[in-house]
Amino acid sequence: MEKINLTIDNINVEVDKGTTIYKAAKKAGIDIPVLCYLNLEHLNIENRPGGCRICVVEVEGRKNLAPSCSTECTQGMVVKTHTLRVLNARKTVLELILSDHPAACLTCSSSGQCDLQDLSQKMGIREIHAVENAKVSTYRKDASPALNRDMDKCIMCRRCETICNDVQTVGALSGINRGFMSVVAPAFEQDLEDSPCTFCGQCVAVCPTGALTPFDDTNRVIRALADPKKTVIVQTAPAVRAALGEEFGMEPGTLVTGKMVAALRTLGFDKVFDTDFAADLTIMEEGTELLGRLTKFLAGDKDVKLPILTSCCPAWVNFFEHNYTDMLDVPSTARSPQQMFGAIAKTYFADMMKVKREDLVVVSVMPCLAKKYECERDEFKVDGNPDVDYSISTRELARLIKAANINFKALPDEDYDNPMGESTGAGVIFGVTGGVIEAAVRTAYELHTGKKLQKIDFEELRGLEGIRMATIDFDGIPINIGIAHQLGNARKLLDGIRSGMYNFHAIEIMACPGGCIGGAGQPLHHGDSNIIRARFDAIYREDAGKPIRKSHENPYIVKLYEEFLGHPMSEKAHHLLHTHYFEKHKI
Amino acid sequence: MAQYKMHLLVCGGTGCRASQSEEIIKNLNTEIKNLGLENDAQVVTTGCFGFCEKGPIVKIVPDNTFYTQVKPEDCEEIVREHILKGRKVTRLLYEDPETHKHVEDSKHMGFYQKQLRIALRNCGFIDPENIDEYIARDGYAAIAKIFESMTPQQAIDEIKKSGLRGRGGGGFPTGLKWEIASKNSADQKYVVCNADEGDPGAFMDRSILEGDPHSVIEAMAICGYCIGATKGLVYIRAEYPLAIKRLQTAIKQAREYGLLGNDIMDSGFDFDIELKYGAGAFVCGEETSLIHSMEGLRGEPTVKPPFPAEKGYKGKPTNVNNVETFANVPVIYLKGADWYNKIGTEKSKGTKVFALAGKINNVGLIEVPMGITLREVIFEIGGGIKNGKKFKAVQTGGPSGGCLTEKHLDTPIDFDNLIASGSMMGSGGMIVMDEDDCMVSMAKFYLEFTVEESCGKCAPCRIGNKRLHEILEKICAGKGTEDDLEYLENLSKVIKDTSLCGLGQTSPNPVLSTLENFYDEYLSHVKERRCIAGSCKALKLYTIISDKCTGCTACTRACPVGAITGEKRQPHVIDADKCIRCGACYDKCKFTAIHVQ
Repeated sequence: MEKINLTIDNINVEVDKGTTIYKAAKKAGIDIPVLCYLNLEHLNIENRPGGCRICVVEVEGRKNLAPSCSTECTQGMVVKTHTLRVLNARKTVLELILSDHPAACLTCSSSGQCDLQDLSQKMGIREIHAVENAKVSTYRKDASPALNRDMDKCIMCRRCETICNDVQTVGALSGINRGFMSVVAPAFEQDLEDSPCTFCGQCVAVCPTGALTPFDDTNRVIRALADPKKTVIVQTAPAVRAALGEEFGMEPGTLVTGKMVAALRTLGFDKVFDTDFAADLTIMEEGTELLGRLTKFLAGDKDVKLPILTSCCPAWVNFFEHNYTDMLDVPSTARSPQQMFGAIAKTYFADMMKVKREDLVVVSVMPCLAKKYECERDEFKVDGNPDVDYSISTRELARLIKAANINFKALPDEDYDNPMGESTGAGVIFGVTGGVIEAAVRTAYELHTGKKLQKIDFEELRGLEGIRMATIDFDGIPINIGIAHQLGNARKLLDGIRSGMYNFHAIEIMACPGGCIGGAGQPLHHGDSNIIRARFDAIYREDAGKPIRKSHENPYIVKLYEEFLGHPMSEKAHHLLHTHYFEKHKI
Repeated sequence: MAQYKMHLLVCGGTGCRASQSEEIIKNLNTEIKNLGLENDAQVVTTGCFGFCEKGPIVKIVPDNTFYTQVKPEDCEEIVREHILKGRKVTRLLYEDPETHKHVEDSKHMGFYQKQLRIALRNCGFIDPENIDEYIARDGYAAIAKIFESMTPQQAIDEIKKSGLRGRGGGGFPTGLKWEIASKNSADQKYVVCNADEGDPGAFMDRSILEGDPHSVIEAMAICGYCIGATKGLVYIRAEYPLAIKRLQTAIKQAREYGLLGNDIMDSGFDFDIELKYGAGAFVCGEETSLIHSMEGLRGEPTVKPPFPAEKGYKGKPTNVNNVETFANVPVIYLKGADWYNKIGTEKSKGTKVFALAGKINNVGLIEVPMGITLREVIFEIGGGIKNGKKFKAVQTGGPSGGCLTEKHLDTPIDFDNLIASGSMMGSGGMIVMDEDDCMVSMAKFYLEFTVEESCGKCAPCRIGNKRLHEILEKICAGKGTEDDLEYLENLSKVIKDTSLCGLGQTSPNPVLSTLENFYDEYLSHVKERRCIAGSCKALKLYTIISDKCTGCTACTRACPVGAITGEKRQPHVIDADKCIRCGACYDKCKFTAIHVQ
């Protein structure tokens, strides 16, 4: 690789050809302020539209200032990052941005984690040059069940666009309107709900201000908890335990399962359950469906559609309902663990507790924003009463804990309640890419071959590469498995299947990078791949530490089938645990 | 083939068509037929003559008689008198504004005398919808010469030697641009013609495409040969329907003649051209925005480098040149780079087309050698200031150029001198202002345009220009302060220094150049609350001269806001706070008792 030598603030730096000034400066220990720039290290993608102009620097011999985030170093370049000219320009531009931004920090839901706010502090902005009757650009608000758009706070950093278009290939967001009135919005100024948006929420996770925020369900949860007529139960998704601690200053990758259970109990939930239990149930249904299709397929039945696709991820479900309407019969009909939990809770558990359906409130804690949308889907309601009433994110739970003055770090470890708190290691790994299919393989293998697995860990299915493929030997029958995370990778895989390039028996897809551990409801990681990796390892640690690691061996699952459901794919199971998909029309 | 004794050239450009030139053509033809002169005289629909002020134009060749402001009903007389009897229709001849004498032919008209038409060589001379007429004027001879005797590198060298610089505004050396694109290897390269002329008042590119489309097609093919591109794209605004139509016709004809398509002139070189339509965004004249627009993306710029020559349309090496630049190319090969580089100044060779507009007598399109002075352009070619008013300033370079004043009148015009004077060449707009024009309002007017046309991608342009405009509005409303002037200057400089593309890097030019050249005018707005030019409505002060006021109460009744009070037959007074400066009292007063300051 060709080397480039340059000086930045009189420091000599040697970098590879193609390195930007910003990165070269970083190498030299100089931290140039940025605003729109975002290095999504875990995705190997940079958002650097060169739009905010905060990172400008002086380059000798160049007539105007250069955006350091998107200007490549050249041989012998002389860069100055903090001359008076640069500082004045930076401050003037930041004041301009602030002059078109609501000064509502005190009540903004992003306050405290807002890049614009941080930068204003860092640059010592104490007043904004007042232009009399200065206009501020406004745009109508757009609320969806999963996220809110307040474009008055948009600073046109375009991070959401990069995530939505380049990473997720959803294409719901793009710049619209001109000049002062430009904002990011769905095409034809639609509401998000009418757009191809999948509610994966990755745009929210990268928004530097309060322009894109999660729909906040915490107040509704507090109200339910305070209602003496209601029995309020909660389920926690696998990925939450691997990240919640970060909100309380704990090291990424710290498992806080026991403290989380204790906190939820302190908050007043009547029962604290685990979505992992429902994950085990999902495996029973999805695994059986897979085996059923596989057996018929291997017997030569032409009507059987393979590969079977996992359907746990609500953003992924939305994605194929929008983009792969010709393949709606391919995904598994099994509901997601969140919804299976809700369906069982409001029937089996409600009967057991002798609580009326409408008096039972099911709350879920999810690493995800699309789950908020999922639990509002009509097919998951009975007479208008949803199986899962409210879905809150990991960050929302942290806020509830803080609001209740709970000293999280000092909490003792507590156990989940039964019956729906018991889970296996297979349920836990639902939180990472490759986990659902590994859990399915553990069960399907034993049910299909009738033999005990010699080795439970399927290393070949694990990893953080965007698309992975593996062949598992089912006692002589090679089963081809595909795995993708990030919707952009899912698209590649799906297109490959559509064109006949790939030949898989089963495919697992998760919408968010890394799987649920990288979900948009998790503590913000700003693209730091170390954080993702730490959460990833934590999940497998939890799995390895579980006494039971195969879903079909979960005693409460066995009991559930004996007492209530009969057998997997039974009529009752079909009614409660399976769903169907809809074609969603794009314009 | 008929040998005509006379040709009647009628302007078929957009401007003259709007003034019934099609009707004129029809009437001329009818009359020629009526008199049985079909074999003697031919009516030709041409492109623009440039003298739009006096359109529609009918020019008779070979005697170069130049009839101005012709009406359809004049056609009978022209044919009967001039064509049949050989007598010029004097009343339709151009009248020299100074001598008040009719000028017999175009060669003696002040408007044309100092012009040198290279890019416009065929405009107003040939029928743009007839490829044979272009060929008769040595059309496609340049490319034939190149195929016969030049390698791509030699052809590039010729352009480099000519000193041709991009006419779209930046003035980047064309030969160098071609060379860079030629050296980037790729399986596909593109030649793009930028016909997204966006400067208000500029219409040279439209005129060239309407009047001489083949010269652009030929030049694009030459460029394709030089850089190794087989595909050409013309990015043209959809609001240029006539230019689009003529270009489409020309492309079709060129294909029929084998001058576009596969194996052009048996050279083994393939080249074809496709049109892409723009929706009329100013920023899409910037080459990266233009490319994104062609790709179906939002028309907004990206950081350069990478330049289009490395990574352009569909990620492939792309050479973007403006219409006028291309129109110069064939001539350079025909007459030689040495001929071309003798025209103009040391660093700006050749000619430049300017669109004259504003308070000038001869509004229109002119082409002059680089190095000509503003004085020659405005007072000789342009015929001076309208209504005998005093020259105040001229805005060159369109909305993002700057205002030049009296002291710049004798500066030779070229790329570098204009920049040194605080303005720029731009695409060649020239808007002349007289003593009645308020320079603060002018700056405000241009900012209004750039605010409207900013794409919104980068913060300084998106928000900064809006703030500039707001401050200028404030000053014009009589609410400005000296602090505002200071902030205007700082903000302008920061916007220039930090904006992403050429739009923002130049949009504060009107502010900075008026601040520099007309600071007093700004000061009088903010300190004395006075607009010297008397054009800022809010700064007008209406008072009643009590000696003249008869107390007739006419003004009281005319005032829409009840700002005037007074007893009958006693002098009245105007309450300045209530007064909305509508001027109703002034119009109504029969005793000139209303004073406006």
